[in-house]
Amino acid sequence: MNVLQWAIDPRGHSVPIHIAWDLIQVAFVSAVAFLIVHAAYIRFFAGEKQWSGTTAPDVVAAIPERVPRHTLVARAFHWLMAASMLTLLFTAFLPKVGVEFDWVTLHWIAGTVLAASVVFHIIHASFWLDFWAIWPDQTDILDAIRRLRRFFGQAVPAPRRFAKYPLENKGFHGAVIAAGLSVIATGVFMMFRVRTIFFTRNPYLFTDVTWGWMYVLHGLAGVGLIALVIIHVYFGVRPEKRPITKSMIFGWMSRDFVLKEHDPARWTVTAAAVRRPREEEALRDAS
Amino acid sequence: MAVIHDVMPAFLLLQPGSLADARKLLERQGPDAWILAGGLDSFDWLKDRMRKPKALIDLSGVQELKGVRSTPDGVEIGAMTTLTDVANHPLIQQQYHLLAAAAEAVASPQIRNQGTIGGNVSQDARCWYYRAGWPCYRAGGNICYADTPDGRNREHAILHAQRCVAVNPSDTAPALIALDAKFVLQTANGERVISAEDYFVGPDIDITRLTILRPGDLLSSIRIPATWAGAQFYFEKIRDRQVWDFPLLNVASAITLSGDRIERIRIAVNAVAARPLRLASVERAVTGKSRNAATGEMAGTVAVQGAVPLQFNGYKIPLMRNLVKRAIAGRQEAP
Repeated sequence: MNVLQWAIDPRGHSVPIHIAWDLIQVAFVSAVAFLIVHAAYIRFFAGEKQWSGTTAPDVVAAIPERVPRHTLVARAFHWLMAASMLTLLFTAFLPKVGVEFDWVTLHWIAGTVLAASVVFHIIHASFWLDFWAIWPDQTDILDAIRRLRRFFGQAVPAPRRFAKYPLENKGFHGAVIAAGLSVIATGVFMMFRVRTIFFTRNPYLFTDVTWGWMYVLHGLAGVGLIALVIIHVYFGVRPEKRPITKSMIFGWMSRDFVLKEHDPARWTVTAAAVRRPREEEALRDAS
Repeated sequence: MAVIHDVMPAFLLLQPGSLADARKLLERQGPDAWILAGGLDSFDWLKDRMRKPKALIDLSGVQELKGVRSTPDGVEIGAMTTLTDVANHPLIQQQYHLLAAAAEAVASPQIRNQGTIGGNVSQDARCWYYRAGWPCYRAGGNICYADTPDGRNREHAILHAQRCVAVNPSDTAPALIALDAKFVLQTANGERVISAEDYFVGPDIDITRLTILRPGDLLSSIRIPATWAGAQFYFEKIRDRQVWDFPLLNVASAITLSGDRIERIRIAVNAVAARPLRLASVERAVTGKSRNAATGEMAGTVAVQGAVPLQFNGYKIPLMRNLVKRAIAGRQEAP
């Protein structure tokens, strides 16, 4: 199976034109295979999650019953992005699998909404949210190694509880950033090739080869997003992840879930919750 | 690039003797099969070696697909009926002269003797960038060479262009739409009857095809209902030379009058978009109005709403406006 499709341009050069559309099926099947394997593992093999560390009673007492997790603005962004992403995927790939409709206009409008919402998100996350909360830190890496070693039966301490976002969440976010920014950046340029309200058409903006690779990158990132979205939706509906999904709807998590899976020392739920462990840490260091 | 060769690439030539056999062969050969009707479009593709099918299914021996038959509800024309036979058939001439006029306007007498009505409505686009084998959208690529600042696009689309700006070159298609014809398709799922309008596909729906025919599908006949038999017809084709040429634009209309008022009308144009366009807005605008120059003028203005010219085909907008005007008003009444 070919990964790319090539053509001969008017000057006789071999140029890539886009991905092989079979990759749509590959992405879909890969994602479905992953979730079947994951579901089987969780159902038949995985033990109960184990964590190290405890939370002091006064910290627990300081945590409200409903722990705010996502602001209304952040949730609105998430769902707007989800709607535009789904629209983009359906308009891009349904016609390739035989469902024919007028997709181009819907596609570039959805792409514009996605691009605008992502620009907003970057600004919002940089200046109004805890920008670094979604990026893996040293603790995440160390805990990931611990979890991996425990998976292979080695006797190592249990990992600590997560910060605001589990490492898997952070990894997914990183993958979506890579694929999303790729489709957005290439998609903006590709709008120069169709009639939109934004740009004067200029198909000669780049050479045929550059355009070809741009279409290839757009396609590869697009089929990557098929797999990512399927996996994201799968985790969103899994029973143990539902509190996270619900928090993206209602904005909060229950105190019980937070204390079970999240470390108040790593996620500033309340001022008291973070001050106390840091003070203890400082005292430990001093001694 | 298109390279003219002396011989066509090798292919398996299959010559069924019946429609049933043709369907079986299509099913057996799958997407590798190429249906040959009159061959006037096919041989271009094959001789230029731009298409290399494994098997050619030649329908010329299928008698069921030939001839014009009167039916209780109108007339049925086999898809393999030549354009000459369509144009000269007494029933078509008397009752559906619009189609006779359109068929007679196709190309040249020799081509009409060989070309079929099924082939005429199913032929591929004539955009030379596409026919030359360049990797344009219609050929599966990611660019329209005709829709560039210096693209040669004098013959191309002014309406409904989306990425690709090629036009449908059929002369009989707008006449069949105006006559409210139904196309009978043989598909893997059995026989399917669709309206003439729905037979054609624009680039918004599928940029690589001009019709809804998929591999394995076959257009077997065209049924024209009696609804418009004997109506007042108008067909006009504008081309660079008066014979052996594709349309720069053509128009076909069927009108019934009540007194001097337009009671019912169907009107379609072709060579302005990738599919022949029925002008429903014009039909609505003129129904109930007197058939005169003023109504024609108004209809022409309505017809070109939304038209977007390319670099070299701006002339098509006034051309379409005037042809629609003449189709509504009648040539003599138009100023």
